[in-house]
Amino acid sequence: MPPHPEWTAAMFPDEVWEHVFSFLPSDADRNVAAASCHAWLRIERRSRRRVFVGNCYAVAPAVAVARFPEARAVEVKGKPHFADFDLVPGDWGGGADEWVAAMAEGWPQLEELRFKRMVVSDDCLEVIARSFRNFRVLGLAFCEGFSTAGLAAVAANCRNLRVLDLQENVIEDNCSHWLSHFPESFTSLVHLNIACLPGEVNVPVLERLVSRCTNLKTLKLNHAVPLEKLVILLRKAPQLVDLGTGRFSGEHHLDLYSKLESAFTGYKSLKSLSGTWEAVPAYLPAVYSVCEGLTSLNLSYATTQNPELIKLVSRCKSLQRLWVMDFIEDDGLAAVASSCKLLQELRVFPSDPYGPQPVSLTERGLVAISAGCPMLHSVLYFCNQMTNAALIAIALNRPNLTRFRLCIIEPQTPDYLTLQPLDAGFSAIVESCKDLRRLSVSGLLTDRVFKSIGAYADRLEMLSVAFAGDSDAGLHYILSGCKSLRKLEIRDCPFGDKPLLANAAKLETMRSLWMSSCSLTLGACKLLARKMPRLNVEIIDERRGASWDSRPDDCPVEKLYVYRTVAGPRSDTPSCVWTV
Amino acid sequence: MEAILDNFKFKAARALTELTLGPPGVIAPEKSSVVGQKCNKRALPEKNDGATSPVAKAQVVGWPPVRAYRMNSFRARKGEVDDDGCGIYVKVSMDGAPYLRKVDLKAYNGYKELRGALEDMFKCCSLGGEEGYDESEYAITYEDKDGDWMLVGDVPWGMFISSCKRMRIMKGSEARGLSSSA
Repeated sequence: MPPHPEWTAAMFPDEVWEHVFSFLPSDADRNVAAASCHAWLRIERRSRRRVFVGNCYAVAPAVAVARFPEARAVEVKGKPHFADFDLVPGDWGGGADEWVAAMAEGWPQLEELRFKRMVVSDDCLEVIARSFRNFRVLGLAFCEGFSTAGLAAVAANCRNLRVLDLQENVIEDNCSHWLSHFPESFTSLVHLNIACLPGEVNVPVLERLVSRCTNLKTLKLNHAVPLEKLVILLRKAPQLVDLGTGRFSGEHHLDLYSKLESAFTGYKSLKSLSGTWEAVPAYLPAVYSVCEGLTSLNLSYATTQNPELIKLVSRCKSLQRLWVMDFIEDDGLAAVASSCKLLQELRVFPSDPYGPQPVSLTERGLVAISAGCPMLHSVLYFCNQMTNAALIAIALNRPNLTRFRLCIIEPQTPDYLTLQPLDAGFSAIVESCKDLRRLSVSGLLTDRVFKSIGAYADRLEMLSVAFAGDSDAGLHYILSGCKSLRKLEIRDCPFGDKPLLANAAKLETMRSLWMSSCSLTLGACKLLARKMPRLNVEIIDERRGASWDSRPDDCPVEKLYVYRTVAGPRSDTPSCVWTV
Repeated sequence: MEAILDNFKFKAARALTELTLGPPGVIAPEKSSVVGQKCNKRALPEKNDGATSPVAKAQVVGWPPVRAYRMNSFRARKGEVDDDGCGIYVKVSMDGAPYLRKVDLKAYNGYKELRGALEDMFKCCSLGGEEGYDESEYAITYEDKDGDWMLVGDVPWGMFISSCKRMRIMKGSEARGLSSSA
């Protein structure tokens, strides 16, 4: 008779198991351990220090806090990804108040807090500022709902703050002197990212802050800081590893260029450069001295074109990450392919998404990069044309791709040489890139591509589909395949009720499903909700019309968001959301 | 010295002083320069006759999938003239021309664009054919912050625009010594 698992667990003191669990690389592994017996559940939950909540509505805040009483670091995500593209109404939800209240109550030892795509109020920031004695890291990404007054509270009260990372939030500026709220005795800052701040920055105050925080490694300024002020700040912080400049232009001073150049010459440790809004090309050579050591370069807000752009990027021989606008063109990407052999991640953004397209960036640029950069594994590429041949070449060149997001700007664009759908190209990608975890498809696509994706994309975790497919079969292929799928987001595809209902169980193995402008009806959503009690089936109706209770089953559903949850239907649904 | 046909043939001088990406002798492709405009320097391509030009498309919500944050910076850029408001305006005189001009040095990406703009600007004032000049003899010079007159094109562009106080296009005998086509 095999020994009872409880006996085995009891053979070692809890601290030994805690130590063992600390080697488990992921939360998923810890979850599995916790599920194997009561003793391990008890030990694991008491020893988990980092908690990740991928969907803020998947669990009630108080429950999460109670489950992991010793948490020191937490990340919570709110709105669906398509909220970034204005597809989710502003009042949909994702409020952080209940989370902050529960954490303040149950996790007084909390050190790190990150929110992504959530609505964070100034009240939340006040509570955060006062509740956690050892608070060190605050990260807010793609959030909204707060102002610089809230930041002032954080500055004034978080005595040991190391990281204040504000990434692309929408912030109201009503307290322009918030930086002054960091006391003179405050010196612990290591990372300050204020790039998204809308208003003016008090540079002398920032200067003093930067001077006294001698461990500062990351400083990302906002658009309001011009070059002449950057020069002053650079002199105060020569130890920076990660710099986000403000706008790369300024009032014309005779010596500005040489001052800028000599400021950068002192920068021995700089690894990452970003910001550079409206980069006046004339000033870019001033950064040449740091290019050799850069591993990350984000020029995606710089309006610089070739040849200045190529000149800059080709000097960056150690580059691992490059974000750039399509001004780089195919020529520039060819230069990158021959200069930047360590490149791992490339993102090319469109400079003029709605206008005529004078920029010469095509599939050739991406093929060149895929051929020349052996370590490339992550791609985001906006362009106007593509061919199956190019995609096949990319697939064969780079079987190590883990993230591949291609956006051909005009929906349903075919292979421009053969006028065929791009099924063959994307099929090659999923067949060749066995570790692909994230994929966004675009262009003209039939159900065939989804058959390939379903069959081959075993490790795929996130799939984004727009203006693609012919019929229900497309969605069925995805949901019945894609073993590792966690997030699926679909818009403007002819997918209907049948595949959704046929694969209802699959949805509980995933974090969430978004479908908008497809062919869904109310009846199917009701059936789904009835079949799967542990899913929240949300119909989002921006017209906020008659109650969904009274509508007929064949009423079309414009936007659907389905996610698994142990918390039941949420209590904060606005008028545009109906939980079926 | 070769005879050069048109007025203000900058090209010979340009070939020697031009900062290009390739090795000497490789001509970088022409980009049309736009005088005096400060927004996106890239000229729009001519519409092909007969090609179906896209009518202003109804913009699909949320497509292409670019975050609002980034979109807002596109819109700001499209609407802007020069939003930091501080161009570098310098006077440009040309020997024999009845009046001076002013150019904004920040409107140009480099020497090639500047020369192209000056060529356009002073075409109407050229003294082509008169007084027995060889029309190819010209030089663009500038006064730097030390008060010295320098030949345009020797120093990196950034250094040039931060030290240039005014420019002068020299013609005739004075220019012969300086002209770099010699």
